[in-house]
This record gives sequence, structure tokens and C-alpha cells, in this order.
Amino acid sequence: MIAVFYISAAIAVAATVLAITRTNAVHALLYFICSLLATGVMFFVLGAPFVAALVVIVNAGAIMVLFVFVVMMLNVGPQTAEQERILLGPRTWIGPAFLSGVLMIELAFVLVGYRAGTTTAPIVPPKAVGMALFGPYLLGVELASMLLLAGLLGAYHLGQGAMKSKEPGA
Amino acid sequence: MMAPVPVGAGLLAAAVLFCAGLTGVLVRRNVLFVLLSLEVMLNACGLAFVVAGAHWGQADGQVMYFFILTMAAAEMAVGLSLVLQMRRHFGSLDTHVMNRMRG
Amino acid sequence: MLRLLWLVPMLPLSGFATLIVGGRRLPRRMVSAVGIGSVALSTVLAAVVSVAFVRTTPPDAAYVQTLWQWMRIGNFAPAVAFHLDALSLTMMAVVTFVGLLIHVYSTAFMASEEGYRRFFGYMNLFVGSMLILILADNLLLLYLGWEGVGLCSYLLIGFWYKDRANAQAAMKAFFVTRVGDTALAIGIFLLFVSLGTLQIQPVLRSVSQYPPGTSLCTAAAALLLIGAIGKSAQLPLQIWLPDAMAGPTPVSALIHAATMVTAGFYLITRMHPLFLVAPAVLFAVAVVGAVTLLVAALSALAQHDIKRVLAYSTMSQIGYMFLAMGAGAWSAATYHFVTHALFKSALFLGAGIAIKACDGEHDIFKMGGLRRHLPLVSQAFLAAALTLAAVPPLTLTFNSKDLILNEVWLSDVAGPAFWTIGVVGAFLTAAYTFRLVFVVFFGPEQRRSESRVSRWMLIPFAILAFLGAVSGLPELLNAAFGIQSFYHFLHSAMPGPARDFNSAGGPWIFQAIYVAASLAGIGLTYLLYRRASGILGFVVSTTMGVRLHDLLTAGWGFDWVYQTLIITPYVRLARLNRGDFVDGVYAAVAGLSYGTHRVLSRTVNGNVRWYVGAISLGAVAVVGLVLVL
Repeated sequence: MIAVFYISAAIAVAATVLAITRTNAVHALLYFICSLLATGVMFFVLGAPFVAALVVIVNAGAIMVLFVFVVMMLNVGPQTAEQERILLGPRTWIGPAFLSGVLMIELAFVLVGYRAGTTTAPIVPPKAVGMALFGPYLLGVELASMLLLAGLLGAYHLGQGAMKSKEPGA
Repeated sequence: MMAPVPVGAGLLAAAVLFCAGLTGVLVRRNVLFVLLSLEVMLNACGLAFVVAGAHWGQADGQVMYFFILTMAAAEMAVGLSLVLQMRRHFGSLDTHVMNRMRG
Repeated sequence: MLRLLWLVPMLPLSGFATLIVGGRRLPRRMVSAVGIGSVALSTVLAAVVSVAFVRTTPPDAAYVQTLWQWMRIGNFAPAVAFHLDALSLTMMAVVTFVGLLIHVYSTAFMASEEGYRRFFGYMNLFVGSMLILILADNLLLLYLGWEGVGLCSYLLIGFWYKDRANAQAAMKAFFVTRVGDTALAIGIFLLFVSLGTLQIQPVLRSVSQYPPGTSLCTAAAALLLIGAIGKSAQLPLQIWLPDAMAGPTPVSALIHAATMVTAGFYLITRMHPLFLVAPAVLFAVAVVGAVTLLVAALSALAQHDIKRVLAYSTMSQIGYMFLAMGAGAWSAATYHFVTHALFKSALFLGAGIAIKACDGEHDIFKMGGLRRHLPLVSQAFLAAALTLAAVPPLTLTFNSKDLILNEVWLSDVAGPAFWTIGVVGAFLTAAYTFRLVFVVFFGPEQRRSESRVSRWMLIPFAILAFLGAVSGLPELLNAAFGIQSFYHFLHSAMPGPARDFNSAGGPWIFQAIYVAASLAGIGLTYLLYRRASGILGFVVSTTMGVRLHDLLTAGWGFDWVYQTLIITPYVRLARLNRGDFVDGVYAAVAGLSYGTHRVLSRTVNGNVRWYVGAISLGAVAVVGLVLVL
């Protein structure tokens, strides 16, 4: 079982790296969806089936699909890919890579040095999560619903004006 | 199915994913890719929470992931509609073009 | 009657206040009335107070009137108080009387000037300050009067301020006397710190207890001497007096001949116990006096401007006063002050009349033959000139200068060397005085104006010339009849050694020497200027003669020395520091902030990736800190 965890972790990292280095938008998205699925497997091995399902359904199935729809709508096609390839020379990568590298080394020091041991064996079933959500975290749930309402209204309003002056054929 | 996974390994995986996402945000110019990289970072944070929750055997980690997910959904919705607005006003998706807030 | 003393300085000061506050609204007649009236009242009251003092001499031969407590800081509590004794009474009488006559003269002299009210205001302020200086009971009040007369000198020299040269002459006078004033202030500080009081009589009593030659007394006396040198235009601070002639002639007469320049003399005479305890400084006083009188007399021989001749003459005569003080002859110096005030102001007023009669011409070689044009004026001028040259039989008097020279010969400090310098000086004095007389009043007529000289100019001039001529009366009474009442009066304030010649014929031999010196001077000048004027022209045109003439005209090059040694380096340093390095520190702070602003505002470039990069940089730093700390 541990092997599954490590393999899916490796897949997630590789898929993410590929996602951020692609020039074609759709390719990047698809790689990221693959990464999300690997993350879901990791959650399952950790004994959190509820969030594993949530990753697949909501994260990969809703958010990323929305992303794909918008990319299609904006007609991010080959000429964009060409521009991106030109812009993404090696010189562009050096600074950010250095910065992220330093951050990663620091985080590694912090996290590995903290000898916490291993995760516990029992699964945390969805029932426990539900009990927590409607128990101590009830206020959070209400706030999250308000957030979603705000997001809905914002997206509706902002998207409305954008549709008016779109290029023909959209 | 479950197994006792070393917490350090899980958190390290989350750290690696986070830094990859950060690199993506810093490097890419097209706003769509920036948003994608932000998604990557959010996901990495959620992974860290779930690993921690599994370590203590409580539901709190998953609840936190639940909230992060909700927030990411709302953010994506609004963000993508802003991308549409940007395309309409500036004619391109390059973040360098949007520098009206220059000091 | 003595209680009226406080009005004597206060009346001119109130006159000043009235004139300044009154503003332009005051008509000219009222300005004259206030200006002259305040000084006239002051003179009358001074006379009343003097008579009362002489008739009913108070104990200790001094009268003190305290007006109010000026300030109280710890045990420093000076009062505004006036101290009247023989010395201050004499000076008060001279200052008020001569001041009054010059004020009357000024109404006519300044009649056509637009700054009439300002002039009388400043003159009143001057008379008031001088009286405060003379009557002051403590050194702080004396310093107040000292500064007041310095201020009025500046204001009045630069009276016609619209001409830049006048303003610069005024500033030069102020700066040079400032050197002396600073030394005086430091001397006053020194005295206060050591003795704990600034009241003059207690100071003098404490100082007399010290053995001669104590460093404190020597230092204080030296500093006071520097102050006196500055104010009295003695070497090496004499450069301001010839240029001060840029002021109106009444100003030169009052301030730079009769009164202000004698403030140095007053200071030393008033503080004479201090100087007696510092014999080295007293010797320095004599040296300064002797050198000045010689240098100034030689310079006067070469001047062209009529007022500059009289300025150098003043310098020389005050040198005589300093020489007398150096020999310890305080009464002789005071007597010389009185006679000098009378005849020197007469000479200045006469010069003013001559200038007006020649339409504003100052060059003596362009004036001539005024004897025919102004017969009475020239006779009065001649009388004053004879007094200056000290020719007794002709003026029916003996002379203060002769008294000084006798005292110098007899003193153990000064002795024969200084006496010789004094006699040579007398010869030169007669020479330059009569050079002036012969060139201006005799000879061919060159310029004249048709306007008549006002009687208000003639009358004060005549009075002063007459008084100057008869001012030798006390000395005549002393030498001929042995009546010493004037000297006893002065001795009550300034006890001095009673010296006399050993033999009976001693005084007469010396008198003969003095008369011979004066007559020789007159005779030489007569020959050179009236009979054989060619000789002088020949001598002056030789190379040596030209150099000597230029040196003497420029006052022995002191101006050049000061310019090269002090002024030019200072101005150069000031120009170097034009950016003001202290200011530069603050400007650098501002510049630094501005530079930082410019650098940092480059980071606000509207680029989102830049901002994210900044955030991640911060995250790296914080996590690093957590790791390290």
C-alpha cells in the first residue's frame, strides 16, 4: 500500500511539472487533471475516502472542466502556443527556479526534521467528516455558502459584459 | 484501504508540489497559465492538510480541504470571468500588458 | 538737586523714542525742537547737577543714584544705577554741552537732507548712550552704553546709506570696533567670574588688594585695553576712523572727535586701579599711545581730504591721552580730553563750513583762499588750529599737551624716550595743522559757492573755537599762580602721584622746548606751502617720495595687511563653504530618502509576476528566519 502512495506521489509531481512547462494550454490542463487524479489516490491511501472522491468530482470534474471551457472559448490556439514558446526561454526560468529551489530546501529542512512518525491506521469515514461539518464547523459551512453565492454573482456579472463585445463567431 | 504513511514524506510531497506551482506563477506570462499554477499551489496546501489530519486520526484535515476546495471553486469562477473581461479590454492575455497600476 | 541726575541720560533717550515713534508725520520744526530740546534740557540739568555736586561734595566724593534692579540671576544682580564723581561729571558736562552745540549746528547743516528726523533721532540716541556709558555704576550698564554708541556710530556713518561706499565704511567701523567689544566682554566675564560682582567701585577695591602682576589682573586689564583700542581707534585697530569720515560732518565732530572715540580713554581712566595692579599692561598703554600718535601724525601730513586730516589728528591726540594714562597721569589725560573735545569739534565744524562754502568739495588742494571769502570763520579756525598746535603765548593759554609731556618726563614708567616721541609728535601736529590752514585758507581762491553760511552753523563753531582757545586757563592758573583747584577736583576721583620738577626753572625750560617745537612745525609748513612750494613738489615726485607719499596717504598700509592676512582668506573659506557642509548633512538625508524612493518605486511596475516574486521572496526569508532562529 505504501508503494501505491509513493508511485502516485511521483506521478503527481511529474504531471505538475509537465503541466507548468507546456506551451499549449489544453495540454497543460490535461496534465494537471492527471495530477489531480494522482492526488486523489494519495488521499485514498491516507485513509480519507471522502476527500478522495471530492477531488475527482469537484476539483477535476468541475473546476478543471470550467477551465477547459474557458480556454476553448478564448480560442487559445496555436499562435498563442508559439508566443509562449518564444517567451519561455531558459533565461526566464533561472530566477524563479532559484527562488523556488531555495524555498523547497528550506521547507524540506523544516518538514523532515520534524519527526512526527506515521499516519494512523483507521480510516476517517465520511460520516465523521459530516459530523464535524455540521458540528464544530457549522459556521464555516455557512460562510462557505455565502462565498459561493458571491462567486456566483460575480461570475455572472463579470461574464455578462464580456459576452457583449466578443469577436464574431464566439 | 489505508496504510501508515510517513508524515514527512507526505508533507515533502506537498512542499514539492507547492514550489512547482510557485515557479509556474513566476515564470508564465499568459494569465491562464498563472491561474492554473495557482490551482496547483492550492491543491498542494490541501494535500498537506489531509496528511496532517490523517496523522491525528481526526476529520479536521478533511474539513479544511473541503473549505479550500470551495474557495478554489469560487475563485476560479470569478477569475475566469475576469480573464474574459481582460480579453475584451486589452485584447490579449499577456499579464505584462496589464500594468496600469504602475507607480 | 543731585536727584535729577537720572534725567540727564534719559531725556535724550526719550527724545530718540519720540522721534522714531513719531514717524514721518512730525514736521521739521518739531523734529528740531525735540532733538535740540532734549539735549538742551539735559545740558541745563547737567549743569545744575554739577554745581550742586561741587558745592556740597558728597562723602567719598561720589554720588550714586540707583534707579531699578535690572536683573537677578543667582548672585548676579546688576542694577541700573548712575555713579557721579569728578571724572564722570567732567565728561558729562563736556558731552552734553558739545552735543548741544553740534545739534544746533546740525539744524543748519542737515537742513536740505531728507533723513532729517532719522538724523536727530540717532544723534539723541547717541548722546543718551554716551551718558549712560559715562555715568554707569556697573560694568554691565557701561557695556550697554558702549554697544549703544557703537550702534549709533554705525547708523550715522552710514547715514547716506544709498551710496554703497558709505555703507561699507559703516560696516568696517562696526566690525573693527567689534573686535575690541568682544575683548571687553571677555574681560568683563573674567572680572565677574573672579570677583563675583560687576559694580565698578567694589571691583576696584577688590582688585587693589592683589599684588602687582597677578595673572588675573593682567589678563583682565589687557582685555579691557583691547576694547579701548578698538573704540578709540588706536593702533592696531585704527583703520576704521579715516573711513568713518564718510558720515555727515556733525557726526564726525560729535562722535569721532569729541566723545565716542574717547570712550576708550574713559574706560581705562575709570578702571585705573586695575591697570595700576598690572604694570605690564600700563606700559603697553603708553606704548600704544606713543606709536599711534607718531604714525597718525605722519599720515596726516599726506592726506588730501580735509576730514581725513582731522581724523588722523584725532587719532594722534587720543594717542597723547593714552600716553598720559600710561604714565599714570590721569588728571592730565582728562584735562587733555576736555580741551581736545572743544577745539577738535570746533575744527570739524569749521571744516564743515569750509566744505559747504566750496560746494561740497573735500579735497584741500581744490579749496583755497577762504580767508578772503569767510574772514570771521578763518579767524576762528586759526584760533582752534593754534590751540591744537599748542602755541601758548599767542592763545594766551598754556596747554594740556605740555602738562602731559611734563608728567611723562617725570614718571618712572615712561621716561625720556616717550617724552621725545611726544615732542616730535607736537612738532608734527603743528606741521599738519598749519599745512591744512595754509592750503585751505590762504593761497589762491579756487572754488566758492554763492550761498551764505547759516548763522546757526557759525555761532556754535565760534563758541567752541573760543572755548577751545581759552581752555588752557586752568593750566595757566596752575603754572603761573599755582592755583590747582581744577586738579584737586579731578584728583578727588583719580588720585595720582604728585610729581614736580626738582628745580624752579625746570617747567620753564620744558615749556620753551615745547613752544620751539610747535613754532618749528609752523615755520616749516609756512616755508614749504607759502614760500617755496616748488621744493615740496620736487621731493614728492622722486621715486622715494612717491612711495613715501603713498604709504602715508594709505595710513601705513594697515588696510592692506588686514585685507591680505584676514579678510581674503576668510572670504575664500566662506566661498568654499558656500554649499554649507552642515546643511549638506540635512540635504543628504533628504536626498537619501528621495533616492530610496526612486529605487523602490521601480518595483511598483504593475507586473503581477513581479509582485508574486516579491511575496515568495518574503516567504523564503521568513522560513529561513524560522530555520535559523
